Amino acid sequence: MSQKLLEVDGLTTGFRTRAGQFVQVVRNVSLSMGRGETLGLVGESGCGKTTFGMTLLGHLRPGGQVLAGSVRFEGVDVFDLPPDELASIRGQRVAVIPQSASSALTPTMRVGEQIAEVLTLHLGLAGAELEERVLELLAQVHLPQVDELVRRFPHELSGGQLQRVAIAMGLAGRPELLVLDEPTTGLDVTTQAHILDLLREIQESTGTAMLYISHDMGAIARVCDRLAVMYAGEIVEDGAIDDVFADPVHPYTRGLLGSVPRLSYAGLPQAMAGRPPAPGEDAVGCAFVPRCAFADETCRTIDPALEPTDRKGKIRHLVQCHHWQRVVASGPSGQMRDLKAGLDQDAEAEPLLELTEVDITYAKRGLAALVARWRGEPEPPTTVSGFTITIHRGETLALVGESGSGKSTIARTIAGLLPPRAGRIDFGGQDLASTVESRPAEMHHRIQIIFQNPDASLNPRHTVKQILDAPLRLYFEMDGKGRLDRSGALLEEVRLTPRYLERHPGQMSGGEKQRVAVARAFAAEPDLVLCDEVTSALDVSVQAAVLELLAGLQADRGAAYLFISHDLAVVRAIADRVAVLYQGRICEVGPVADIYAPPYHPYTETLLAAVPEPVPGARAQLLAKDVQEAEPPARGCCFQRRCPRRIGSICDDETPPSQLAAEGHVIRCHIPLEELRESQVDLISLSSVATH
Amino acid sequence: MVKLIVQRLIFSVITLTIVAIVVFAMTDLLPGDWATAYFGRWATEAGLAAMREEYGLNRPATERFAEWLSNALQGDFGASLSRNEPVVELISFRLRNSLLLGGLAALFTIPLATLLGIIAGLRRDRTPDVIISTGSIVGMSTPEFVIGTLLIWILSVGLGLFPSITLLNPDAPIADLLPNVVMPTVTLTIASSAYLLRMVRTITINVLTSDYVEMATLKGLPRARVVFRHALPNILLPTINIMALMLSGLLGGTFVVEVVFNYPGLGRALVDAVSFRDVPMIQAIALLWAVMYVFFNLGADLVTTFLDPRLRSLRG
Amino acid sequence: MRSLSAVPKRLAQSLGWIAQVWRSLRRSRQGTIGLIIVIVHMFIAVASPYIVPYAHHDIDGKNRLAAPSAEHPFGTDSFGRDLFTRVLLGGRAAIGVALLAAAIAVLWGGLLGILLAFIGGRVDEVVMRFVDALLAIPGLLVVLLIVVALGTEFSVLILTLGYAYGVSTIRVARGAALGFVASDFITAARARGERKTNIVLRELIPNLLDVLLVEYVMRASWALTAISSLSYLGFGIAPPTPDWGRMVFENQVLLAVSPWGTLFPVIALASLIIGINLAGDALSKAIGLDRSQEAPT
Repeated sequence: MSQKLLEVDGLTTGFRTRAGQFVQVVRNVSLSMGRGETLGLVGESGCGKTTFGMTLLGHLRPGGQVLAGSVRFEGVDVFDLPPDELASIRGQRVAVIPQSASSALTPTMRVGEQIAEVLTLHLGLAGAELEERVLELLAQVHLPQVDELVRRFPHELSGGQLQRVAIAMGLAGRPELLVLDEPTTGLDVTTQAHILDLLREIQESTGTAMLYISHDMGAIARVCDRLAVMYAGEIVEDGAIDDVFADPVHPYTRGLLGSVPRLSYAGLPQAMAGRPPAPGEDAVGCAFVPRCAFADETCRTIDPALEPTDRKGKIRHLVQCHHWQRVVASGPSGQMRDLKAGLDQDAEAEPLLELTEVDITYAKRGLAALVARWRGEPEPPTTVSGFTITIHRGETLALVGESGSGKSTIARTIAGLLPPRAGRIDFGGQDLASTVESRPAEMHHRIQIIFQNPDASLNPRHTVKQILDAPLRLYFEMDGKGRLDRSGALLEEVRLTPRYLERHPGQMSGGEKQRVAVARAFAAEPDLVLCDEVTSALDVSVQAAVLELLAGLQADRGAAYLFISHDLAVVRAIADRVAVLYQGRICEVGPVADIYAPPYHPYTETLLAAVPEPVPGARAQLLAKDVQEAEPPARGCCFQRRCPRRIGSICDDETPPSQLAAEGHVIRCHIPLEELRESQVDLISLSSVATH
Repeated sequence: MVKLIVQRLIFSVITLTIVAIVVFAMTDLLPGDWATAYFGRWATEAGLAAMREEYGLNRPATERFAEWLSNALQGDFGASLSRNEPVVELISFRLRNSLLLGGLAALFTIPLATLLGIIAGLRRDRTPDVIISTGSIVGMSTPEFVIGTLLIWILSVGLGLFPSITLLNPDAPIADLLPNVVMPTVTLTIASSAYLLRMVRTITINVLTSDYVEMATLKGLPRARVVFRHALPNILLPTINIMALMLSGLLGGTFVVEVVFNYPGLGRALVDAVSFRDVPMIQAIALLWAVMYVFFNLGADLVTTFLDPRLRSLRG
Repeated sequence: MRSLSAVPKRLAQSLGWIAQVWRSLRRSRQGTIGLIIVIVHMFIAVASPYIVPYAHHDIDGKNRLAAPSAEHPFGTDSFGRDLFTRVLLGGRAAIGVALLAAAIAVLWGGLLGILLAFIGGRVDEVVMRFVDALLAIPGLLVVLLIVVALGTEFSVLILTLGYAYGVSTIRVARGAALGFVASDFITAARARGERKTNIVLRELIPNLLDVLLVEYVMRASWALTAISSLSYLGFGIAPPTPDWGRMVFENQVLLAVSPWGTLFPVIALASLIIGINLAGDALSKAIGLDRSQEAPT
């Protein structure tokens, strides 16, 4: 047997807690990689995938240790190496590309030096040769003006640029294996598309093997040939990416794939029951038992082994399940359901909230503005400008856009936390005062807000009971007994039991906390709920459950949602209408079906094209220019600087007209609709097929 | 940069103005004017009236404040009540002596504490760290007069190495002062090292557990380069401001030590002035200390801004 | 009515919290040692009047500057007063002043700091500039001036130290509160339409109790240092009340002749302050704060 590049055999790592108990993180993992292979390692937060990735460099976080097994790089066990030999492997044979380049680059060193030191150390370069190679590397990752860029400090670059620098740094030592730890998490979708493209290109040109660690199936699909699925520290499935995606064998893989929302499907993804075990919750038998529909006594008592499935026409496809045959026999994995399909879409619903020509800014006024100007602080841009939209009773309007588009700002203004500079807000046909304090008390309960991160939005010192008490006490005259009953009922509504009443947020999982936040919002019996990236901090399997919950509550209670998200697939699953926002201005607004079909606004088009669908081999077709935008342009179209379809100076100078593409579907662009229609393809149907 | 310096200077002036008002108010507006305080229970109506007349105490406080401040700005703090000499002359040698003591203490404290703090951080939770950290808690919490007294007992009384107290005039030559300055310096070094050391240790631990230090290690860099090139600048930058606080403490918080060793510095003079209700003297020393405090903080801000690339480009 | 029925439950909850802190404190060896030292000292401070063999002013004319003996376990001072008695009694006044002063400091400084963080804006900026200026004047100097003007009654000492340490508590409390003021649960409460007092009392302060507790412990140790130093300088606890700081001063000149009068009060004072600091350090680690970022003033 020819020697593999990497062979991991029965690796188990763990750490000792302060209480002295031992917690396993990676459990009995066996995995091998050949030269030039691209392996995706997918799993939810806390499953041990990053810890595993770092062991390939012989690295463990402080306190961690290897309990069993080995990691062999070209036959050599990295954990047996003396420190200096290990150091000679790191960076030169195996390199890592970190999750967040902004924190992984040393803030006090110029980026050029941080790349150069790898070259000096591993390749012995110096002088002009060294400088030249640094520039080459930066050019290889498509960074602009490299001569000047080498002299910059990390904080002077944008997130996308930093990630490219980190990639150049990883490539510097000409490694045979790159470990990529969530390299695009935290980047905007258009930037992510660029980085994924770059990674694929590097793989093709250098033949470097890659271990791509991610929670994002779509990103992995764009880069990898093979996929391994990790659950509770174990590899549960391992096979060619096409096979795993098309024909998943492990119940967890099936559930995971089913819970990913897709552009190509207008329904809600399938939620998975339960939650993954926390590290340390070790149990005998298969770790997936509590969430598995196929589990029986065998699963509870005997650890399953990772074994080949040996199915016809498949290359090496491994699964760790006692009953995978039964799982396969049960037919294709779960289908998505279109909850909206059954509902009566009443287009004539009465308007609930109307925003007219609203401008919002964080700019200071009066003396403070003068002081700020004198201090040389940049003039804050008008964050949101000319924002006009209507939300009808019981509907879900989604606001979509990348970071900095002003989505959350609009939610804060509607909530009365940030008064608009200009414009008018009507609620239920009446003028809505601009601040919470100036709104009548009986108004307060009608608008509620749910935040992205329940860790921050729930007071860590309060019990669930106290959290739910707050709106009940404030809005309704209820005695203690009444509030207790109501809180219990609310918990039932969000699929939690009244046992949770005495718990603190710290004693719950992320999904459970977000349910409590949802319950708190609905305790107020609101007409409008502002959902600000409510699923972005959650794992996909949990996200699906929260989306389902929100959809269900809306059907029961008839509340309207302003659903803010950067994720176009999630929006497609839940929204009735969509407004696409760029730099605080609406580019396009319309019913969900119209937004996801041509004609598109060029920005919507680039966004849709950039979304990585969990379909192997699919690639972005059209890319927005990767420039960092500090503030919106003073005149013309807001998207002028990055637009791939820019037609000329008219884009820079004139405000684009609102073109009516269909009933309620408005596109603000200088390009005539006809032309857009002709030149654009249906990205949704395109993205759902592989383009190998 | 220029704008930043100007801005910092303006803030410093505002701070000092408030300090001047507070110092003046504290010494002036407290119950009983300083004439009564000065004479204490030997006050006679005639004596009080004469003194109030002489020092213009009957005029409104604002008027006297304006006069005091404008004189102070010209370096005139008036005459000492207890010695009847100009305050400036009384202070100058004592300032020199205090600077000598504080400067020597800083000279030992800064390298010692930084080094020990970094070692403790690098060897976190292991024997060197446990020894250094526990030692620093003991050093930090033991009052200065206790450390001083113990030093006298061991080094002077027991071993007879140094004079236990200073019996020199403030204007004694530095060479004569040197044997006397040893034990006060050691006392101050122990007390202030402990505090700086703990801060450096914390910063070191934060830096060492940062993503960028982990990344540098994973690039295969030798430990020395990781520590000195990647970690050290990020440890030292935030330490500068702490050092400034410590420096102003060493120069303006030394009265206990100076009293213990009878060292002829500003602190000793201040305690005497307080005992004698020598208001012009108190005002001058308090203001001087505040100026030093503001000056060191200003200096630290400017140095950090100049050295830290993030601040440099942020504030242009 | 609600509050009545809620009291036992609230009490149980806060007791649970204290028990948890207690457990984690016990897990650290340093913390355990510190705690034992503090408990012994507190016991002595409370019980000493009933267990000391003499009155603090009793003079044994035949035994002046005596070394420790069965009759006088710690020896006697230059007047022939029993040092064992005086050392046992010598912490009472200082500990009382320090504990009360620290309480006052944390109460007003903590509250003001939290309010400033919550209010923010120009009020915060102006007040903090003023606080910065006050911090530029050495704290002990301010205390000296006030004590000289107003006298060394306990009430003056307590209020003065309470004021001086309160000023530096403002910074700490404000800094800690700022971390929460911008957090989503406060925003959520504001969006809900809660009244400001409710936001501060129900949402903000419960999150700062642990910071304030650690702050209290450390301020108490610094206040103890300060009051002892003042006594040493002659501006603190006035004779005839026995006090460690004053005892060190009185007996220091006799170090060569008879070190006992200096050594025993030094051991008593240093052990208590070190004990408090060991316990406080472990306490702050137990509740996840790092106290080493702060300076005594």
